[in-house]
Amino acid sequence: MSQAFEQQCRERILAASAGAPLLIQGGGSKAFYGRPVQGEILDTRSHRGVVAYEPTELVVTVKAGTPLAELEAVLAEKGQYLAFEPPHFGSEATVGGMVAAGLSGPRRAQAGAVRDFVLGVRLMDGQGQALNFGGQVMKNVAGYDVPRLMAGSLGQLGLLLEVSLKVLPRPVAEATLRLETSQAKALTLMNQWGGKPLPIVATAWEKTGEGESLTVRLAGARAAVQSAQAVLGGDVLERGAAAAFWDDLREQRLPFFPAAGSFGATGSAGGPALWRLSLPSTAPTLELPGPQLVEWGGAQRWLASDAQARHVREVVEKAGGHATLFRGTAEAREQAFHPLAAPLLAIHRRLRASFDPRGAFAAGRLYEGL
Amino acid sequence: MGDRLPDSPDFATDRAALLAGLGRILPASRLYGELEDLKPYECDGLTAYRNLPLAVALPETEAEVQSILKFCSANQVPVVPRGAATGLSGGAMPHHQGLLLSLAKFKKILKVNPVARTALVQPGVRNLAVSEAAAPYNLYYAPDPSSQIACTIGGNVSENSGGVHCLKYGLTVHNVLQVRGYTMEGEPVTIGSAGLDAAGLDLLAVMNGSEGMLTVITEVLVKLTPKPQVAKVVLAYFDSVTKAGNAVADVIAAGIIPAGLEMMDKAATHAVEPYVQAGYDLEAEAVLLCESDGTPEEVEEEIAAMRAVLEKSGATSLRVSANEAERLRFWAGRKAAFPAVGRITPDYLCMDGTIPRKNLAKMLLAIADMEKKYGLRCANVFHAGDGNLHPLIMYDANQPGELERATAFGAEILELSVALGGSITGEHGVGVEKITQMCAQFTPEELALFHGLKAAFDPAGLLNPGKAVPTPARCREYRQIRGEQA
Ligand SMILES: Cc1cc2nc3c(=O)[nH]c(=O)nc-3n(C[C@H](O)[C@H](O)[C@H](O)COP(=O)(O)OP(=O)(O)OC[C@H]3O[C@@H](n4cnc5c(N)ncnc54)[C@H](O)[C@@H]3O)c2cc1C
Repeated sequence: MSQAFEQQCRERILAASAGAPLLIQGGGSKAFYGRPVQGEILDTRSHRGVVAYEPTELVVTVKAGTPLAELEAVLAEKGQYLAFEPPHFGSEATVGGMVAAGLSGPRRAQAGAVRDFVLGVRLMDGQGQALNFGGQVMKNVAGYDVPRLMAGSLGQLGLLLEVSLKVLPRPVAEATLRLETSQAKALTLMNQWGGKPLPIVATAWEKTGEGESLTVRLAGARAAVQSAQAVLGGDVLERGAAAAFWDDLREQRLPFFPAAGSFGATGSAGGPALWRLSLPSTAPTLELPGPQLVEWGGAQRWLASDAQARHVREVVEKAGGHATLFRGTAEAREQAFHPLAAPLLAIHRRLRASFDPRGAFAAGRLYEGL
Repeated sequence: MGDRLPDSPDFATDRAALLAGLGRILPASRLYGELEDLKPYECDGLTAYRNLPLAVALPETEAEVQSILKFCSANQVPVVPRGAATGLSGGAMPHHQGLLLSLAKFKKILKVNPVARTALVQPGVRNLAVSEAAAPYNLYYAPDPSSQIACTIGGNVSENSGGVHCLKYGLTVHNVLQVRGYTMEGEPVTIGSAGLDAAGLDLLAVMNGSEGMLTVITEVLVKLTPKPQVAKVVLAYFDSVTKAGNAVADVIAAGIIPAGLEMMDKAATHAVEPYVQAGYDLEAEAVLLCESDGTPEEVEEEIAAMRAVLEKSGATSLRVSANEAERLRFWAGRKAAFPAVGRITPDYLCMDGTIPRKNLAKMLLAIADMEKKYGLRCANVFHAGDGNLHPLIMYDANQPGELERATAFGAEILELSVALGGSITGEHGVGVEKITQMCAQFTPEELALFHGLKAAFDPAGLLNPGKAVPTPARCREYRQIRGEQA
């Protein structure tokens, strides 16, 4: 099965060219993300299934087209999970797409990102060669860390065939608290808490019709969660409501996030664009038009705004961060990612040329002409 | 020992021109060209491999680093960066036709930011110095290689170093936010950010473990971790290495992620005990150190769970550290394992393979057989929780044939690591030492991609050439010999 799939991919990759490239796609759930690109779809979804899973090794190896939900269910059966809590953005999301998009969920600040959990990959490069990097072990420094480089590469380096991920036991206890507070105060609190040995695994500040609130999720040993609850105070959210809140945040279903599809370009009739601002957690409240939602202890901030892209980027860059136009019209997404300094762009260009010298995979998802 | 870099192309460096050119950038006090000054730089922690550079430069500023790189780039001179040279794979071994670039003068801690929980440091800062600077804020830098009193952050990033607490707190790659430096061409690069990610491809991931072959690092922003309120370690003794190996898998299977999970065999404890008086039981065949940290309540809960598992796995006796001093003493033994073994043997080779945890016992038995086969002793120290082995093969370089036997012994362990589903190196890097075994772990196509990746950063191939990734010729020869043996 795998062999047949790989053979098909090889043939299609060899038949493709820069003029008629392939666009790698899993469930298409993250097609909105990055610069708009054209290409003949190479669908990975027939390449699915868990290749190896040994809970005691804390490692799972899956084919790239496996539905993310299916993988999560397999892990849950053994009391384990993907600690970086990846967003799905639709039931069709695949594991390969999750790695290629490199997006992590509410737990990221504490648990780490997708890239921190990628241990190994089997990929097909632009010359149709199936290559293995990394493996199923926790530590591996033989050769450059290609597996982690694939996280967030958005199909620009090669086709993911299989990935090995580190998994963790689910925490024994969890609790979610909510405190009324302004954004500035929330930022101060989150940074103070971050410096203490508290089992905080996620935070979210938002302003709703009901006011401004900071929601905090604790997880870990029962005793640790209980004592932290006493330290932090606030109202305890009921379990079901808490789980729904964090799911809705991860999947961008909270009222802050307008329905997918309704996002427009900056200043267009379609409504505001959704920006993802990645900042040092200590960056102060940013003066930008439009509502914000703050996650990751202050390090990830969502902004729904009509502001000019250039303005948003200037403000964010001054604060030490970078801004991604996460959801918007195709036109606005022409510059989805923060511009790179010239030497880095040159490295990107050469990297891409070494992984895909013939341009078999549709270029330009990250940067124009790359 | 002369030319030890067969995987590097030849460079026709003119020594006089190199010294003259660098003399325009650096004062004579920070530029060496005489044999007696070069000698101390001829090797890193892997002393079996030595090479004299043509010159040693000790820049103090980024501008100097940039000028040196531009000069070497323009004149086709290979450059080898060096931190504290505690590396164990020859990564900082000089190039005989090139410049050794020491970052030893870059030892300022530029900023500790307790609110952001970060430290901005120069690459020559020692690992432990970061934790010391962060201590007043109840923070520390989590990756703690046993060499932490000496090794530098620049070296740590370049090797993606680990430590005894990496099972829970991650490796260097998980604790570095941003790296600044210069490409071989002298272009400044900032990789990563003060936030949790950066735009573009994840180049920070490849910087970690890049063995000084991609860019020269001049500044590193690391993440600091809050100190746990309490930590306690359980010593668990076993009457067989197999039981100890299986106990490791049992702990993880019970859903416990210890703050540290290390193992030493009898040969290791016997070397360590006279050296540090850690108080280990010398009768046991193996000891596990299993640590829990967190709030007092959490630690009580977890230690109880650990005890239950370890007892069930057949521990002959258990001891929990009674206080912080005792905990540190128990760890001191583990952390001093390499130098302790160094005291009981003229020379030793330290291996660094990783394997799936379930194969620990199998590997230990195989190593015992190899001791007989090669007629050499081996002490075993493991980052057991991560499946990372450090067999220490003892030999005497002055006895004819012993180095060759030790090398063959090591190679067999590494190849078995790959065969058991693991890797030839978990944290020490490939360098010159394991370059042949790379041919066992990777196909020619995979190795070609590594060469391509390096060329993306260093198109002229001047930064630490001939290390880590073998030439196709070496692998062809390797496969031919293996084919004949089979
Ligand atoms: C007793 C002992 C115990 C050890 N224990 C451990 C352990 O527990 N865990 C572990 O992971 N390792 C361990 N090591 C190995 C070693 O300490 C680490 O690899 C360490 O990170 C090397 O740091 P260094 O400053 O000595 O680097 P060096 O040995 O000087 O250099 C290592 C590599 O990094 C490159 N490099 C150094 N600085 C720079 C820079 N600024 N820019 C670009 N490249 C650079 C060099 O070219 C070289 O390739 C141990 C070594 C010894 C001797």
